[in-house]
Amino acid sequence: MYDTSDIRKGLKIMIDGSPYTVVEFQFVKPGKGAAFTRTKMKNLLTGGVLERNLRSGERLEPADVETKTMQYLYADADSFVFMDTTTYDQVQIPKATIGDQAGFMPENTNVEVLFFNGRAVGVTLPNFIEQAVVEADPGHRGDTATGATKPAKISTGASINVPLFINVGDVIKIDTRNGQYLERLSRA
Amino acid sequence: MPATRAALEARGRILRAVRAWFEREGFLEVSTPARVLSPGQEVHLDAIPAADGHWLITSPEYHLKRLVADGLSPIFEICRCWRAEETGPHHRTEFTMLEWYRANAPLEVLAADCEALVSLAVQAAGRDPAALGLGAPFARTSVRELFARHAGIALTGGETAAELRAAAESAGVGIGTATAWDDIFYQVFLDRIEPELARSGPTFVFDWPAPLGALARPHPRDPRVVERFELYAAGLELANAFGELTDPVEQRRRFEEEAGIRAARGKAVYPIDEALLAALPQMPPTAGIALGLDRLIMLATGARDISEVQAF
Repeated sequence: MYDTSDIRKGLKIMIDGSPYTVVEFQFVKPGKGAAFTRTKMKNLLTGGVLERNLRSGERLEPADVETKTMQYLYADADSFVFMDTTTYDQVQIPKATIGDQAGFMPENTNVEVLFFNGRAVGVTLPNFIEQAVVEADPGHRGDTATGATKPAKISTGASINVPLFINVGDVIKIDTRNGQYLERLSRA
Repeated sequence: MPATRAALEARGRILRAVRAWFEREGFLEVSTPARVLSPGQEVHLDAIPAADGHWLITSPEYHLKRLVADGLSPIFEICRCWRAEETGPHHRTEFTMLEWYRANAPLEVLAADCEALVSLAVQAAGRDPAALGLGAPFARTSVRELFARHAGIALTGGETAAELRAAAESAGVGIGTATAWDDIFYQVFLDRIEPELARSGPTFVFDWPAPLGALARPHPRDPRVVERFELYAAGLELANAFGELTDPVEQRRRFEEEAGIRAARGKAVYPIDEALLAALPQMPPTAGIALGLDRLIMLATGARDISEVQAF
């Protein structure tokens, strides 16, 4: 068990049955009362942020979480298959656990897999990926500066908004955290 | 973040303005020992040892009360105090305290003093109190009113710890493993009250529950609360004032209770200050207050961290 003196950024603790990581903390103490640590934490499962005033002496349960760098190999009917890049062990993660991120996850790419109580519960993708456009309406030549966009599908499966001048076969750079188009790297 | 030259100059001007104000008000400036045998007995204050059984003071209040009992009033002191393991944006192990005492004065006079001192400190920092929302008069409320309004708890000060815990839990405050009255109280206070105070203008919070009495006398109309106020401004706990307890029997009972709690929690137990208890019967009804001078300078200069107003 931890206590409040162990609190530091990145400490992983259980709060109300969910694993959290400490984002920020601050010493607070009413003049006539006990010391507290005002602790801002992020829920590792939902991303939700929580602030708690943790009184000195309160015990904190460590969260059994770890992250492993794993390579995404391929998808089968209902799961994705990842390989531990040091032990070559393979794990299957249900498609529902990965959710919309799957559309931004190229095969043979390293991702960070989060394990909670020994079970894979999520992945963190590389911030940027470079993918070819596989579906898009025809381009509008010369229409490069209006900021107007159109939907396009990338080779990993996600549909994103791209500028009107992007064509099928162009390779583009995408921010996986918000699904935004960043730039065109090469033309078809 | 270390203090800028401008912050240190403002600090100097504020200190001079504060001293000049006390002189105009007819106060005598005194100095009391920094190294004592009986530091504050409060459960949540830990003194730093200073050799040969001595400790560095956590507040000069015991010696100042003895001077008032000897007939000196009004008096003030600006001194260093030390509180072990207190380090944060509003806390330094070593900090500067301003305390003043007025015999035969009601608590409300100290509130007016605070309004004057905040104004002159802000002006000494070259800023306009009214424009910053720091002009007098400050709001006045009570602990009960704050608990009712922001936590939905009908606090009396007479409830047991178990009753307070049940009330906090039904108000949705996560109490953890706290069983002590004050620990439950402060969990509610930090979770529900303090964020509201931080959003409000300067506020005096009067009438604290008797279990948080410390050196304050019971309220004459309701013994479940004591004559005490705290001043909050811009998220800072700036000052704590007491209608000073002068009953040596009750004071000894509180010291012994606090010493017992300290012993039970494995903390250092300090000798009871017998000289203070012996002096209390001679002490006139007195209002006394401690104000964190570094925090006043933070408020006046707009600093967010106490290190911004200290040279080292």
